[in-house]
Amino acid sequence: MSAGFGVSVSFGGDKVRGNFVPGLFDKLIDSLKWLEGPLLPILHEIQEEFGYVPQESLPVIADALNLSNAEVHGVVTFYHDYRREPAGRHVLKLCQAEACQSMGSEKVADKIKRLLGVGFHETSLDGSVTLEPVYCLGLCACAPAAMLDGEVIGRVDDEAIDEIVAEVRR
Amino acid sequence: MTVKIYIPKDAAALALGAEKVAKAVAAEIAARGLDAQIVRNGTRGMIWLEPLVEVETAEGRVGYGPVKAADVPSLFDANFLSGGAHPRSLGKVEELPFFAKQTRLTFARCGVIDPLSLDDYRAHGGLRGLEKAVATTPAQIVQTVTDSGLRGRGGAGFPTGIKWKTVHDAVADRKYIVCNADEGDSATFADRMIMEGDPFVLIEGMAIAGIATGATKGFVYIRSEYPHAIATMTRAVEIARRAGILGTTVLGSPNAFDIEIRSGAGAYVCGEETSLLNSLEGKRGVVRAKPPLPAIQGLFGKPTVINNVISLASVPVIMDRGSEFYRDFGMGRSRGTIPVQLAGNVRNGGLFEVAFGITLGELVNEIGGGTASGRPVKAVQVGGPLGAYFPVSLFDTPFDYEAFAGKDGLIGHAGITVFDDTADMLKQARFAMEFCAIESCGKCTPCRIGSTRGVETLDKVAAGIEPQKNLELVADLCNTMKFGSLCALGGFTPYPVMSALTHFPEDFAPRTVAEAAE
Repeated sequence: MSAGFGVSVSFGGDKVRGNFVPGLFDKLIDSLKWLEGPLLPILHEIQEEFGYVPQESLPVIADALNLSNAEVHGVVTFYHDYRREPAGRHVLKLCQAEACQSMGSEKVADKIKRLLGVGFHETSLDGSVTLEPVYCLGLCACAPAAMLDGEVIGRVDDEAIDEIVAEVRR
Repeated sequence: MTVKIYIPKDAAALALGAEKVAKAVAAEIAARGLDAQIVRNGTRGMIWLEPLVEVETAEGRVGYGPVKAADVPSLFDANFLSGGAHPRSLGKVEELPFFAKQTRLTFARCGVIDPLSLDDYRAHGGLRGLEKAVATTPAQIVQTVTDSGLRGRGGAGFPTGIKWKTVHDAVADRKYIVCNADEGDSATFADRMIMEGDPFVLIEGMAIAGIATGATKGFVYIRSEYPHAIATMTRAVEIARRAGILGTTVLGSPNAFDIEIRSGAGAYVCGEETSLLNSLEGKRGVVRAKPPLPAIQGLFGKPTVINNVISLASVPVIMDRGSEFYRDFGMGRSRGTIPVQLAGNVRNGGLFEVAFGITLGELVNEIGGGTASGRPVKAVQVGGPLGAYFPVSLFDTPFDYEAFAGKDGLIGHAGITVFDDTADMLKQARFAMEFCAIESCGKCTPCRIGSTRGVETLDKVAAGIEPQKNLELVADLCNTMKFGSLCALGGFTPYPVMSALTHFPEDFAPRTVAEAAE
């Protein structure tokens, strides 16, 4: 199965991303492929392990699950969660759904974008942070809400924004 | 005697600093050499009081909130372990009006017990429903659920008993129970709250559903935005397996039932049941045409019960106390209780479980206390991003599936987002279309193309380009989306758009330059 890695994809000379040892994905895939409907759990696990879903993993997964490359590609690109490239060191998600809108989430987002110098779906040039909108964290009674590296933050005010920015820049 | 201190671990409490409070309390206990134990409970649902710290006293549980870590030393100085007075004192938690006015059936234990303690769960009435279920026949369970009048709490309001009967009657080598925990609607957090605060009630409800229909395997599909719920449910399933609640012999009966927790991947449309099934199967979360119904051909083509978290979590109390007990709450064809979630710009935000029939105005003004900003209420959106905007003039509408439908709205998952008078309803209508465009699965044209055209047309209205003609176009487009879409995403996006347009036409009128410059 490790031969599945055999595709040598060049990413514009990006050494880090080309550095996958053959067989790297197999163990992880083998540990999950017995599940009913294993594709999403496998993709989640790969992203958990590598921080994103490397293009190199797709043919290996397709091979292991007896799917076409196109099917796996179709699934990876359907879901907002799967990253095609590594995120910044921090991932900041700002809720932009209605309950947060009613409490000024748009202004919070504008201020954070200005302070960090990034827009939504962007990673800062120094690689410190990736900023993403999210549509509901279920923290609607303490809006506006945010999530920094998996930690939830409610009632995001100016003070909280300062703390978030300081944490990201650390 | 060891004093119990309750500090919630619910995500909303954590978002408001509960972890720091718990650490500070632990440090003070150690420094002062006190005999006290911290229990990390779920939330009672009074989110504006979080972190809400409770102490078990001889007179009952006394609350303090909202507590900041900096308040902790002074709480100990005020002898709060004996219920001492402090500026954060709330008195007995269950006597607070917001709590005392509720009818807690589904959420009876949420915020009260340690979510991962089976002993706590049993001590507070847990597993009695499942015990009764294993002692009776599948057909009798289905009848009890049907008689209770329980309808799908995910939003569609389909009678749960009928769905179960269809799966019960279907013949197959394998059947599934799928719990839809892809709670993506803004203003809703009831599913998250129960999964974090009382996970065993969902496990019990699913096991009962399995026995009733002959399904042996269950999946809980939880959205990835809920990492705390995923963690709690995963641990609860392991504990339930070890205790023999799940496994080859449920509570020692001949019934086998096991549960697997699955994480979503950030697609809102996967809250739609057929797209959720595709996602579980490892496919793109594209909507399936119905028929066939999932109850006939669902997950992996097998008969499948797919129910919302709250529907399943309401089953144990129905089995335990009987269908009449549950059915006697409510009004019309809406029976039992509904966990209303007050969210957005509201003073007392949180979860309020109540019998159907309470009016929208009572909920927003009396229970919710009006807006957080102190400004007048302009509109409330009921039912998430696909729900209608209600003006104050419709606040006499009772919370009931049919009454809401009669006002061109829907209850949905019972979330209410409150907006004050600064809200711009044209902007909200545009967002509804934009959200539909972002989240559309792309399978049907009215949703995929209609939402994008809707954004463009509303932008023209905002820019003052032939507003009358373009608003007619929006109405026509909404009509096409409502009747031509395959699922509720495209089909219900017209609700927020048309309600905003109908009830707040002034916000769609051509704007003066001064306003436009704002």
